[in-house]
Amino acid sequence: MHRTGELFGQFKTLDQQKETATLGMWIFLVTEILFFGGLFLTYSINRHEFPTAFGVGGNMLSLPLGFANTIVLIASSFTMAMSVWSAQTSNKKLVPLFLILTLALGTVFLGVKVVEYKQKFDHHLIPGHSFDITYCSRNPEACQLEGKDLADEVKEIKEGIEAEGSVVALNAHAQLYFSLYFGMTGLHALHMIVGAGLLLYLILEARKGRFDANYNTPVENIGLYWHFVDIVWIFLFPLLYLINRHLA
Amino acid sequence: MSGTPTPGSGEHQLPREHYLNATYGIRSWLLTTDHKRIALLYLASVTFFFFIGGIFATLIRIHLLTPDGLLVTPETYNKLFTMHGVAMIFFFLIPSIPAVLGNFLIPIMIGAKDLAFPKINLLSWYIYLVGGCFVLYSFATGGLDTGWTFYTPLSSIYSNSAVTPAVIGIFINGFSSILTGLNFLVTVHTMRAPGMTWFRLPLFVWAHYATSLIMVLGTPVIAITLLLAGLERMFHFGFFNPAYGGDPILFQHLFWFYSHPAVYIMILPAMGVISEIIPTFVRKPIFGYSFIAASSIGIAVIGFIVWAHHMFLTGEATYAAIAFSFLSYLVAIPSAVKVFNWTSTLYKGSVSYDTPMLYALGFIGLFTIGGLTGLFLACLGLDIHLHDTYFVIAHFHYIMVGGAVMGYVGGLHFWWPKITGRLYPEFLARAAAIILFIGFNLTFFPQFILGGLGMPRRYHNYPPEFQVLNVMSTAGASILALGYLLPMLYLTWSMRYGKIAGPNPWPATGLEWKTDSPPLTENFHETPVVDWEPYDFVHRPDLGLKGAKAPGKLAPAHGDD
Amino acid sequence: MQSQLPLYPDSASNFAPNVDSLMLFIVAVCVFFAVAISVAVVYFFFRYKRKSDDEIGAPIHGDLRLEITWIVLPFFLLMAMFGWGAVIYVDYRHTPSDTLDVYVIGKQWMWKLEQPNGRREINELHVPVNRNVRLVMASEDVIHDLSFPAFRVKMDVVPGHYNTMWFRPTKTGRYHFFCSQYCGTSHAIMGGWVTVMEPDEYAAWLAGSTGSADPLALGAKLYNDLACNTCHLPDGKGRGPSYNGVYGSKVKLADGSTVIADDAYIRESILQPNAKIVAGFQPVMPSFQGLVSEDQIIALTAYIKAQKDQPVPGKPAAGQPATGKN
Repeated sequence: MHRTGELFGQFKTLDQQKETATLGMWIFLVTEILFFGGLFLTYSINRHEFPTAFGVGGNMLSLPLGFANTIVLIASSFTMAMSVWSAQTSNKKLVPLFLILTLALGTVFLGVKVVEYKQKFDHHLIPGHSFDITYCSRNPEACQLEGKDLADEVKEIKEGIEAEGSVVALNAHAQLYFSLYFGMTGLHALHMIVGAGLLLYLILEARKGRFDANYNTPVENIGLYWHFVDIVWIFLFPLLYLINRHLA
Repeated sequence: MSGTPTPGSGEHQLPREHYLNATYGIRSWLLTTDHKRIALLYLASVTFFFFIGGIFATLIRIHLLTPDGLLVTPETYNKLFTMHGVAMIFFFLIPSIPAVLGNFLIPIMIGAKDLAFPKINLLSWYIYLVGGCFVLYSFATGGLDTGWTFYTPLSSIYSNSAVTPAVIGIFINGFSSILTGLNFLVTVHTMRAPGMTWFRLPLFVWAHYATSLIMVLGTPVIAITLLLAGLERMFHFGFFNPAYGGDPILFQHLFWFYSHPAVYIMILPAMGVISEIIPTFVRKPIFGYSFIAASSIGIAVIGFIVWAHHMFLTGEATYAAIAFSFLSYLVAIPSAVKVFNWTSTLYKGSVSYDTPMLYALGFIGLFTIGGLTGLFLACLGLDIHLHDTYFVIAHFHYIMVGGAVMGYVGGLHFWWPKITGRLYPEFLARAAAIILFIGFNLTFFPQFILGGLGMPRRYHNYPPEFQVLNVMSTAGASILALGYLLPMLYLTWSMRYGKIAGPNPWPATGLEWKTDSPPLTENFHETPVVDWEPYDFVHRPDLGLKGAKAPGKLAPAHGDD
Repeated sequence: MQSQLPLYPDSASNFAPNVDSLMLFIVAVCVFFAVAISVAVVYFFFRYKRKSDDEIGAPIHGDLRLEITWIVLPFFLLMAMFGWGAVIYVDYRHTPSDTLDVYVIGKQWMWKLEQPNGRREINELHVPVNRNVRLVMASEDVIHDLSFPAFRVKMDVVPGHYNTMWFRPTKTGRYHFFCSQYCGTSHAIMGGWVTVMEPDEYAAWLAGSTGSADPLALGAKLYNDLACNTCHLPDGKGRGPSYNGVYGSKVKLADGSTVIADDAYIRESILQPNAKIVAGFQPVMPSFQGLVSEDQIIALTAYIKAQKDQPVPGKPAAGQPATGKN
């Protein structure tokens, strides 16, 4: 991580320094792919094993919120790309502006995520002893089921129980779904929080006018990281929210 | 080169300024970004963990002197072997050669001033420390009794020991490994000195390149796997719990996807060390340079697709087992290629009996036995009999202790003059090398027979007919312990009182020997230019050896002739 | 106990001779290479000892023919080991059909074994000599592994799975068995003895005492208690398929595939009824996951097995396509 456009001691040229930083970031992203890969593998195996319970679980998520978040994140990728472009074209005023926009959109995403988690908590969908997939169908007054009514919910749970054989089985396998949901989105959110910290650092530096056509490695590399986190979400959204949305 | 006394000129003096005396004070060490100082920080910390793991091993061997167990309760015994494994594998073997010798040498060997990311290098060490603290906390508060493999559901549901902090510690430590690997990969790609082409790289660097690939690609997987097991323990997630429809076998797949390649993280750098020592002490080019370099990469690549050979008896599909057995046999070939090439390097050499050479030859012997006994375990029909017995214990100790640790200690001796600027007492060092070799064989060879007899691993007591062999093993272990204590003592002694070594005491051909001992903080007085082939003693008049020719336009000397 | 210093275990099963020959073959190959390398190293070590301080070795860089030789030759030896080992393994994983079935449950930290007639043992196993024995194994808690060194076989016992292993004892005697997958505190004492007996002795032993609970009787009782009998009618006209003659037969599934109705299939059908739906039936059966223990599943399986020879009322027993069950 090179704080200035100056040449660091271990390098001979600025080009070498930049090439090194970029290669390092790409290798880091490869490790990230494998890091998430373990989770995606676990998800795929279990989804294959318990399609019904995973379908029921997926239906418990809020599609509007998930969709809105996807849009927010894509927009933040765009603003991130714009800030890189601004740096490369030495548009020193625009760099911090776009970075702040990116950070704002990232914060919106995390805020929505908090709302969603809170909802899951209220609906007894946190894995553990109090996990109860049938809670909302039994206590409709405690859950605001936006986007679908109680009858749908009850019908889905009923179909799920029939397909899985028992409430116990449906509950166990749906809990597996929610374990994966929280594991995957939680890890993703953690990456977003780290990304937000990096953006904050970039904003502070950019306001000093550090980044221009000659020196923009940090913007480029943190941009790469930000896009990577976006892409992870682009996979998470359909896997968690969309597949088997409407059960037979 | 410039400003350094030529070798063989009698009395040497330490250079006036070097990385050890450039700055003073505890801050200058804890905040250093000099790869050489960070290597020494690692040296101290991995030695600490080696000591911890060694104490556990000693207690294990004493306990097993009698069939009913001499020393401790079953709970304690289970904790001892678990903590021995965790301390040794995650906190000694995996970081030992890469983080100590690799850190110290890779930049110098390729003619760079430092690694590509010096601050990240320091960060790696701190991450290692934080992870180590978590694990020590687990050891101190309740211990750990899951086996180093953390198989679910034992680790995630049934164990009553301090699994959570240990899992967190290993998870954190994983990032140290990832960042070290990343640093090495980028450094080798972008930081090489003029003239240092890929095929002029020392084989030590090739081996570390392959190791870094495994670190970067494998470690994230075990990190996430242990994280999932930890979540399962803390929050009742059900990934590996049959009660929720999860599958404990999935954990094993994910675990071994890293942990089998991790074996190569431990052994490949040791192979790199041996590939440096042998040509130096026979004063001739290494036999089949390109084959040894390629076999390192081959091992790293094939090593990623053999993991399920740890799971032949879990009920995995017969065809999967056959495929994994086949692939496991394939990985034997690059390892064998290395052994054959090292042996051939001795042919018509000028063989010296210096300490590093003794370690290298010891390595060849022990690694050969360790590798060959791997053929028994890769074999489906025999694995049914030998799986999870002491045969496995003996096999992997031959690889990891006989191989990796011999390589590490041998490498320490080889580069000790470079690291400290001083020589160790040669007689004691040769004696220690021989004691280690003998003690090691006495400790672990009987365990092959125990395994053949069917004695399962991780037993705190055993049927009485196994006692004689267990007593033999413990007796050997006491010799082995002496073999480890000796170098710790005389190496420490030599840091202050050893004879001044001079820049190139052996002499050897690598770039690291062209600078001062100990080197400057910037490694070289001026950027070196490489115009010689690796391990070429003939065209190196600067080494002061008989029959040297002038350097100049060289024919490419390695490879396919 | 045998001698003070045994070097190799007894050979007491059909697998032992082949495993031991293979072991000998690999030992021979390994000893050859280990000795060859050691001799070469030691010979070069003394033969090419450095004579003067400034001497250098011959500048030999390599030899392509040698490299190819020591890549190709070992490859064939390795493939021989691989092939031979794979043959044994395939044989081991493919259970013959005429087995004596013993049910095994591993739990921390004991082995519960149950003979076909319901005689139960803990950490003891009696089997007749020269008879194929199949062990059907389940775990109540963590992963265990049942290992018989004298038979050269072992197999993991995994919670949530039925694993099976088989062997044919060839020599009477008493041999150790062990748990060889680490399973917690008392892992080391989770073992026992297998006694291989002459067939008539075995029969006498078996008759000597039947189990405290005959699995058949227990299974029949469970069959009623758990209300299996309300749907699985013997004539196949209930909401679920009939048990009659289903064990060991081929079952046609709703998705068009067929499965063999073995122990694992029956276990799965009880715990996850809808994983495999029999053709012509609806997925209406509730899961019994968490409601029945591994012991009870074994009893139910025994009961279902016993329904083999009952004629189906109203229909000829023979020539009946085996569609039914669970």
